[in-house]
Amino acid sequence: MERSISNKEKSVVQCELSQHQLLIEGAGCASCVGKIENALKQVPGVQQATMNFAQRMVEVSGSVTDTQLINAVEQAGYRAQVMNTATEQEVLEEKSKADVEHYKQLIRNMTVALGLGVPLMIYGLWTGDMSVSSTLEQIAWLIVGLLTLAVMVYSGKHFYLGAWKSLQHHSATMDTLIALGTGAAWLYSMVVVLLPSSVPEMASHVYFEATTMIIGLINLGLALELRARGKTSEAIKRLVGLQPKTARVIRNDKEIDIPIEYVQLNDIIRVRPGEKIPVDGVVKEGNTTVDESMLSGEPMPVEKGIGDEVVGGTLNKHGTVLFITTRVGKDTALAHIISMVKRAQNSKPPIGRLADVISAYFVPTVMIISVLSALVWLNFGPDPVLAFALVSAMTVLIIACPCALGLATPMSVMVGVGKAAEAGVLMRNGEALQTASKITTMMLDKTGTITQGAPKVTDIIALNDMSEETILQLAASLESGSEHPLAVAIMETATERNLSLKKIDAFKAITGHGVEASCNNNQLLLGNEKLMRAKNVNIDAVKDQVDTLASEAKTAIYFAVNENISAILAVADPIKEDAISAIQRLQKNNIRVVMVTGDNQATAAAVAEKVGISEFFAEVLPEEKAEKVAFLQQQGEIVGMTGDGINDAPALARAHVGFAIGTGTDVAIESADVTLMRGSLHGLADAIAISKATLKNIKQNLLGAFIYNIAGIPVAAGVLYPLWGMLLNPVIAGAAMAFSSVTVVTNANRLRLFKAQDN
Amino acid sequence: MLLMNVMGLGLIGLIIWWFWLYKPATTVVDNTSFIVTVDNGVYEPAHIKLTAHQPVTLRFIRKDASPCAEMVLFPDLEISEALPLNKPAEIKLPPLKSGEYSFHCQMQMYRGVLIVE
Repeated sequence: MERSISNKEKSVVQCELSQHQLLIEGAGCASCVGKIENALKQVPGVQQATMNFAQRMVEVSGSVTDTQLINAVEQAGYRAQVMNTATEQEVLEEKSKADVEHYKQLIRNMTVALGLGVPLMIYGLWTGDMSVSSTLEQIAWLIVGLLTLAVMVYSGKHFYLGAWKSLQHHSATMDTLIALGTGAAWLYSMVVVLLPSSVPEMASHVYFEATTMIIGLINLGLALELRARGKTSEAIKRLVGLQPKTARVIRNDKEIDIPIEYVQLNDIIRVRPGEKIPVDGVVKEGNTTVDESMLSGEPMPVEKGIGDEVVGGTLNKHGTVLFITTRVGKDTALAHIISMVKRAQNSKPPIGRLADVISAYFVPTVMIISVLSALVWLNFGPDPVLAFALVSAMTVLIIACPCALGLATPMSVMVGVGKAAEAGVLMRNGEALQTASKITTMMLDKTGTITQGAPKVTDIIALNDMSEETILQLAASLESGSEHPLAVAIMETATERNLSLKKIDAFKAITGHGVEASCNNNQLLLGNEKLMRAKNVNIDAVKDQVDTLASEAKTAIYFAVNENISAILAVADPIKEDAISAIQRLQKNNIRVVMVTGDNQATAAAVAEKVGISEFFAEVLPEEKAEKVAFLQQQGEIVGMTGDGINDAPALARAHVGFAIGTGTDVAIESADVTLMRGSLHGLADAIAISKATLKNIKQNLLGAFIYNIAGIPVAAGVLYPLWGMLLNPVIAGAAMAFSSVTVVTNANRLRLFKAQDN
Repeated sequence: MLLMNVMGLGLIGLIIWWFWLYKPATTVVDNTSFIVTVDNGVYEPAHIKLTAHQPVTLRFIRKDASPCAEMVLFPDLEISEALPLNKPAEIKLPPLKSGEYSFHCQMQMYRGVLIVE
């Protein structure tokens, strides 16, 4: 019954994907275009082939495989490469492989460079003489100079190539600084060796050891940075790793394992116990429990039966289910989460903007400072001025580290956002992260946020001779079209009691008040106190009963027939288990917690008291919630608003940071600043704690990078020389520069150890 | 010494002109897709002229193993993409309004700009 997809079947699946892009190599002239296009058009199944000569790219449509197309291009005398974009998993796998290779190369570069540099430096320190004063020394140093050149080519080629390419593009990078610094040192030294008479005797000093040591140390720094950077993207690796590579699809009554990218909408997929759910869908057959903790952080497995949604990447625990796919490829919840985390990881909080502006002008500015420093030494420095000028200019170029500045913010954001995602908190961008760290007041919606959002009818108080059943039947009939949580509670209770719905006419929903309709020529009203007052229904007689219900945190719904109050339905929404402890956590961190609800004063007071909130706004219409947020903002508060993301949208948007409580499966997660994938309010405290820790980390990094560059560059230029006769050795500058960016990345990695729950 | 000073000041002038004042040539894109290679510390092409209100797909092919090249960011468009080595990474740009949209690596050492007209 079960089998894997064969190569033939794979190519059939591939054939259904009719767009192909190939990168052509060896096409040197415009006349090749026609030749390649014709060759491709002759392949059976090709409908269209168009080549873009400037891009060396050809787009082909039709029912063909990539292999057929590549063969056709090769037969025409060219080479072709498939331009299929890599999947997330492939990107990460390739990256790991490439990083390993790159790391090895950097270590080889370092070994070769330090292999020459260290003995040279020891010789210099031992003898204190790196000058050229005899023909023998000249020959010896010439050999060393040529060996240094070989090191520069082998170990430093990437710096010089990068610098040259950037120069051609009118841009300057770290490579420019290294290439200029080491290149100037080598050139000067070669002038000293080849034309000793052109340089004053005192300045007749070679700097080959500086060139090789700097190249070696910077390669070492890059290798260490590469290692450290790999760890910053662990969160995204973990998320991408959740996606299974294959799915067991039922096609033509046969079960076949196919690569996940070939799963289509409305495919039927079988998932057995212990297997991951490959894509999103709805259960069609079977029952099971699913561990969704990897996406929501919710530890308890969730029961799934027919009609329930399942999410790709989650783990099927006990049962076998068949489900029908509803979202595949880039549309799945997991793909959305990955793309959102990736986007947020690479967005910059406002705090990093100054560093960005500086980074953009940094390298040319350092080059100017380097020239100015040389000029000052030439004009005002002691002898040998030329040597001093060269050393100061070179050291300025080498010590300046744009990387530390540039990496300070993004590395911390990457780790912080990833850390938040692991805790079930999705940050929309760096700005949300930064603002969340400053929140002074958190406004919580009651229903669905503090409470479970699944109210139940607890009491039906008949005020005339109508039976409980009739009241419930009429109330359910009135609410049948509504999705309001209270309406759902009434409907569910009516369904539990097997009550049928009555036909109603002239239905009218009044937002924030209730509903109105007629049934058998009787006018029916179902809603809150505001609705009764608006329709002139006297409810004074039931005030005591309503107050009692309210004191028990039950919401009273008035039911009136022909403008006479006929019944009260009480609905209660249980408070979430961990709401109290989560609110305490917020308050412990000096955050003012305020509750907002559409419920009446007494119910709101009862819930607020239960969960330990002293401030609340009751009887607030959905559209008024945003005004309450604005009211708090006018008091100078940085306001976070937490709601379910649909009814509370205006308030979420109005707040400094909107927190949507979702399940993580909702595609609308992108509308909130922060999405809490699990229902627990601890996610809020986690989000704020992680934001604060990330901001603190960014500040440490920025401060370090600024101080390093602001202090390092003037010292390298020689500002301390007039005071203490101190001038920085270029090798030390190289080591400082190499390790400054490693320090930044390592500090960002410290965030990985942060435990939000403890804060 | 005078010559040295003049040369030094001339060099400073050259740096200012070369890196800040010079307006580099732009590559006009009139297709719906376009390849940008990342090699030796630069985006090629780096100055790309696009037509306003028209979606474009950029395919980045990274040939540069340096970790600096592994990510491209379009901060104004809230787009970021990891670039695999020697494999195209597709970035679909929405129809854009006229203006300049920069793109760069995480450290802003590799820089490019989309000029939308």
